[in-house]
Amino acid sequence: MRREAGAAAALVLVVVATALVNPGFVGPQGLRDLFLNASVTALLAVGQAVLVITRNVDLSVGSVMGLTAFGSGQLFLADRGTPVVVVVLAGVALGVACGAVNGALVAAAGVPALVVTLGTLYVFRGVDHGWASATGVHQVNADRMAPGFLELGSGSVLGVPNLALIALVVLVVVGFVLRDLRSGRELYAIGSDPEAARLVGIPVGRRVFAAFAVSGGLAGLAGVLHASYFGTVNASVGTGRELAVVAAVVVGGVAIFGGSGTVLGAALGALLLTTVTGALPVLGVPAFWQRAVDGAALLLAISLDRAVRGRARGARA
Amino acid sequence: MRDLKWESVLVALCVVVFAAAAVTTPGFAEAGNVAFLLLDHTAVALLALALLPVVLTGEIDLSVASTLGLCSALTGALWDGGVPFETILPVVLVAGAVLGAVNAVLVVGFGLPSLAVTIGTLGLYRGLAYVVLGDGAVTGFPENYRPLATDAVPGLFVPYSVLLLVVVGLVVALVVHATPVGRALYAIGLGERTARYSGIRVDRVKAALYVASGLLCAVAAIVYTLRYNSARADNGVGLELVAVTAVLLGGASIFGGRGTVLGVAAALLLTAGLRNALLLNDVTNEVQNVVNGTLLIVSVLVPAIAQRRRR
Repeated sequence: MRREAGAAAALVLVVVATALVNPGFVGPQGLRDLFLNASVTALLAVGQAVLVITRNVDLSVGSVMGLTAFGSGQLFLADRGTPVVVVVLAGVALGVACGAVNGALVAAAGVPALVVTLGTLYVFRGVDHGWASATGVHQVNADRMAPGFLELGSGSVLGVPNLALIALVVLVVVGFVLRDLRSGRELYAIGSDPEAARLVGIPVGRRVFAAFAVSGGLAGLAGVLHASYFGTVNASVGTGRELAVVAAVVVGGVAIFGGSGTVLGAALGALLLTTVTGALPVLGVPAFWQRAVDGAALLLAISLDRAVRGRARGARA
Repeated sequence: MRDLKWESVLVALCVVVFAAAAVTTPGFAEAGNVAFLLLDHTAVALLALALLPVVLTGEIDLSVASTLGLCSALTGALWDGGVPFETILPVVLVAGAVLGAVNAVLVVGFGLPSLAVTIGTLGLYRGLAYVVLGDGAVTGFPENYRPLATDAVPGLFVPYSVLLLVVVGLVVALVVHATPVGRALYAIGLGERTARYSGIRVDRVKAALYVASGLLCAVAAIVYTLRYNSARADNGVGLELVAVTAVLLGGASIFGGRGTVLGVAAALLLTAGLRNALLLNDVTNEVQNVVNGTLLIVSVLVPAIAQRRRR
C-alpha cells in the first residue's frame, strides 16, 4: 500500500502545484479532460499490470488498441446502425484474439515476452495499416458513427464521465480477482518464482496465457472507447502508447521483476502520468517533453524501486 | 558446430532470396541497385553491430534507434546554429558515448534490468530529440561531406559508408571472436556468476559495451543524416526492431552466450535483400514492418522449438 501512497502523494503535489500556476487546471472542464484521457490509459495499465505481475510484459498494447479503434470505425462504415453493444464486444473479442496470439507465442517460444511482443507490436500495426490500404479507408470521422456510440464516449452519469465509470468497474473487478481469488493470487506466485509456482502445481502456462488474453481484451476495450471519445480514427491510433503504459504501471509500484503490485497502483500511475502530461503546457513546458517525461518517469520509478528494496533482488532478474 | 550450421542456412537463404529477386524483379541485380540496397541498410547494420556484443552478455539495448535519433537531432541543431561540421562530428560522437554511459550507469551502476532501462531511455532519448529539434527538419548539409554517405569509392561500386561498415564489422568480429574480452562476453552470457568468480570484471565489460554501443549509434546517426541530407527528431524510429531482428535471426541467443558476427552479417544481408526486393515491388513500409516483426518472432520460435525436440 505504501507504494500506491507514493504515487497518490505525487499526484496531489502535481495537481496543487499546477493549480497554483493556473487555477483553470482544476476547473470542471480541466478535471473532465484529465479523467477522460486518464481512463483509456488506466484500462491499458490495468491489463499491463496483470501481465507484469506474472513477470511478463506486452509491448503490443498500443497496436492492439489502434487495431480495435480502427476496427470500430470500419464496423460503422459497413453499417452505421451497428448496435453499440456489438461494436464493444467485437472490439474486446479482437483484443482478446491478439492477446491470445501473444500468449501462445510466448508459451511456445519460452523466450522473454518482450521479444515476442516487440514483434507483434509491428505485425498488428501492419495489419492495421494493411486494412486501411486494402479498403481504401484511411480515416473514419464522427459523422459516420452511430450517435449512441459517440454518446458512450462523451456522456456521463450524475456528472461522472462514462469512460471513468467503465475504467472504475474494470479496476474493481480485476482488483477483486487479483486480491481475493485463488487464480489471481497464483499470478503473484508465478511472478515471484515461476519454477516454484510450477512445482507447487500452479498451471503456469494457462495463467500466463489468460493474463495475455486479459491484457489484449482491455487494450481492445480501450481502442473502442478511444474511438467513441474522439470520434475520429485512423490506422495510427495508439502508436507509441506502450511506453506510457509500461511507465504508468511501474510508476504505480508494480515491480518490473514481477510478483508484487496492484491494479490500483497501475491506475494511479496512469492518472499521475496523464496529469503530468496535461500540466506541461499549463506550466509553459513545450509538449515535446511528453515522451521524454514518460521515459524519465519509468527510469526514475525503477531506480527508486531498486533503492528502496536494496540490490539483493536484482541478482535474480 | 551447431552455430555454423545455422549460418550456413542463412547464407543459403541469402543466395535463394537474391537469386529469386534477380530473376523476378527487373532492376534488382544491377550494380547500382545492389549498392543502393547496401547503403539503405548501413545505418541499421551499425546499430545491429552495436547491439550484438550486448546481447552476447545476456543484456539488451532497445535504445539504439532513439540514440540515433537524438544524435541526428543534435547534428541538425548544431548545424542549424552555424557550428562547422568538423566540430559537430566529435561533439556528436561524444554525445553518443554519453548516452550509452547513461544506460551503463543505470544497468551496471544501479543494477537495474536492461530491458526496463532501455525501454525507458528509448522514450527519453526520442523525447529529447524532439526537445532539441522540434518537429521540423534541418537540411543542406555540406556538399563535401555528403558524398561520404551516398557515393561509391571511385573505381569501385562499393559506397564509402559500406566500406566504413565493413571496417566496423571486422573490428567487432576481431574483438568478439579473437580477444580475451570477446571470450569474456560469451562467459558472462553463459553464466554471469561463474564469470565473476573466474575473475572476469563483468561490470566493467558491460559498462564498456553500453558506451561503445552509444558511440556506434552516433556513427550511424551521422551516416543516416548525411545519407538523407536531413536531420529530424524521428530519424530511425522503429529501427530497433530491425536491429534486434538481425541479431536474433543471425543466431544470437536472447539469453546470451551464443551468436557470431558472421551470422548477424548474413541476417543483415538477407533482410537488406528482402527489403529492397519488396521496395522494388511497391510494397509499403507498413508491410515491411510486418515482414520484420514476423522474422523476429520466427527467429526466436524456431530455435526454441528445435531445442525442445532435441531434449
